[in-house]
Amino acid sequence: MKKITLIILAILPLITLGQYPDGKEVLDRIDKNMTADRTVTKASMVVHGRRSDRTMEMITYTEGERSYSEYLAPAREKGTKMLKLEDKLYIYSPSTDRTIQISGHMLRQSMMGSDLSYEDMMEENKLEDAYDAVVTGEEKIEQKRCYILELIANKKDVNYYMRKVWVDTERYIPMKEELYAKSGKMLKTTILSDIRQVDGRWYPYKIAFKDMLKSGEGTEFIVEEISFNKEIPEHLFTKGALRK
Amino acid sequence: MRTIKLALRNLFGAGLRTWLNVFVLSMAFVMIIFFRGFLSGWDHQAKHDMIEWEIGESQFWQETYDPFDPFTLNESHAVIPKQYNQLIEDGKMTPVLITQGTIYPDGRMQSVLLKGISTRNNVIALPTDMLDTEGEEINAIIGTVMAKNSKLKEGDYVVLRWRDVHGTFDAVEIKIAAIFDCDVPSVDAGQIWIPLQSLQQMMGTPNEATILISGVDHAEEAYPAGWIFKSQHDLLSDIEELIKTKSIGGSIMYVILMLLAMLAIFDTQVLSIFRRQREIGTFVALGMTRGEVVRMFTVEGAMHAVLAMIVGAIYGIPLFWFMATKGIAFPVEATQDFGVALADVIYPVFSMMLIFGTSLLVLITTAIVSWIPARKISRMKPTDAIRGKLQ
Repeated sequence: MKKITLIILAILPLITLGQYPDGKEVLDRIDKNMTADRTVTKASMVVHGRRSDRTMEMITYTEGERSYSEYLAPAREKGTKMLKLEDKLYIYSPSTDRTIQISGHMLRQSMMGSDLSYEDMMEENKLEDAYDAVVTGEEKIEQKRCYILELIANKKDVNYYMRKVWVDTERYIPMKEELYAKSGKMLKTTILSDIRQVDGRWYPYKIAFKDMLKSGEGTEFIVEEISFNKEIPEHLFTKGALRK
Repeated sequence: MRTIKLALRNLFGAGLRTWLNVFVLSMAFVMIIFFRGFLSGWDHQAKHDMIEWEIGESQFWQETYDPFDPFTLNESHAVIPKQYNQLIEDGKMTPVLITQGTIYPDGRMQSVLLKGISTRNNVIALPTDMLDTEGEEINAIIGTVMAKNSKLKEGDYVVLRWRDVHGTFDAVEIKIAAIFDCDVPSVDAGQIWIPLQSLQQMMGTPNEATILISGVDHAEEAYPAGWIFKSQHDLLSDIEELIKTKSIGGSIMYVILMLLAMLAIFDTQVLSIFRRQREIGTFVALGMTRGEVVRMFTVEGAMHAVLAMIVGAIYGIPLFWFMATKGIAFPVEATQDFGVALADVIYPVFSMMLIFGTSLLVLITTAIVSWIPARKISRMKPTDAIRGKLQ
């Protein structure tokens, strides 16, 4: 009897694993929702500080490894532009009329006081390309059944060695994500909500980031408008566009 | 001798006017020596501290390393050349691996330069033995400036985040094992020192280093490929340049001080030649050549400098001695924010060369300034001079 119980206990996780879809397939479906060849996003970023909140509005054009952002508000940040060309990040500040390349330790600094670093902006791997994924269980988030997906980097040059993603089982959109260091320490969490259908895909209109090592209430990224795969003028991805 | 005697008698005869001139000149004299001694003391102290805490006798830099360019840090590491293994074993060379990281003291994000150094280092004065640990814990040492800026104390734990050689984030809690007090900001401000082996492991760069600090000079040797030799002279050139700049800036002050003193002596000379025309005429009538009279007046003027040296020595020597033994204290905040090696207390160095050099400079300048108005004497007619006729 004891032997049978042991065999059942040994087989049970395998049976349970068999109930879940393949991690790679889930990742593929997430990437189909979350990534596109070209995206134009108008959004606002709310940084919850210790004393007060700050809201910035921006428009971002993304095409593959290149992206161009322009801050539209508040007045203090208006006209600030960021250009990411492969592994280089340039920032144009209208008050000094100077373009600087962000590098080294500056990349690790918080972007505009938010919980996102410039490095986070530089991350561009599709999850499927960079991680091996296994669905390890299920949990409910906001009344939605979610797969718990554990991602371990299969490439050496990724920002986060391990990720844990809660994926909506119906819409295949991440509802929550935890980012871990190699040592297992949790570095950041992301909570995605207000999921809407746009151009035949599901997309979160609200993303809350929290740097777990830093104090503060985190940063919210609220999408106002988003469009996928529309033509983006080529000149936007040049350094010349920063000073225009 | 006769000229000097006469000059001295005339000088003392002028009374208060002479002593006022002498005092002003002595002040200029003491101030110049003081400032030059201060700069010399700073130069000595800065070089001594930099050699002791940072530079050693010489260094090797991985060829892409540039301390002023953070772009280079990701690539600036290479396997330690085998030829130096024995020196490292003997404690005559210490490898240092440098990368960037972020700490989170009390939830605040702060960028740091992360430096890995051998716990058995005895080339530079950092208390690296404090990095030794028995368990898995990573001990770290920081300087007082870093401790103040990050509000970290001995025994505190702080989360350190870094990227390995491939760019992947990692984070761990480190313990501040010791806080060292050092005057060299380039080993203190914004820096955290941890054991070399730990950093190599964290970075995924076993047996690699960014710089090699040597306790011996390698100037005559063949250097390993991929490494650039930096002599002590090269490494001290920045501070030398800075002191030189300060010295040039200081000379403007010397010129102003000397101008004030020389103006007083020039005026005295002009006045005395004007008032003592009869005396000049009498000297010439008694057989002195015009050249001798000019010389006498020049010596008389130059004697101001000699008297100023004596007066300056009376109050200057005790003052210099006091400063050289007790030092000149600076507020801690001022030295911390200065950005270069500057101790809390600087001991001025008054070398014989400095004192004699300055004395000679003052003497020659005074002699020239005294001679310029005295040249007028050579154009005087003795008969007119005796009659006191204005010329």
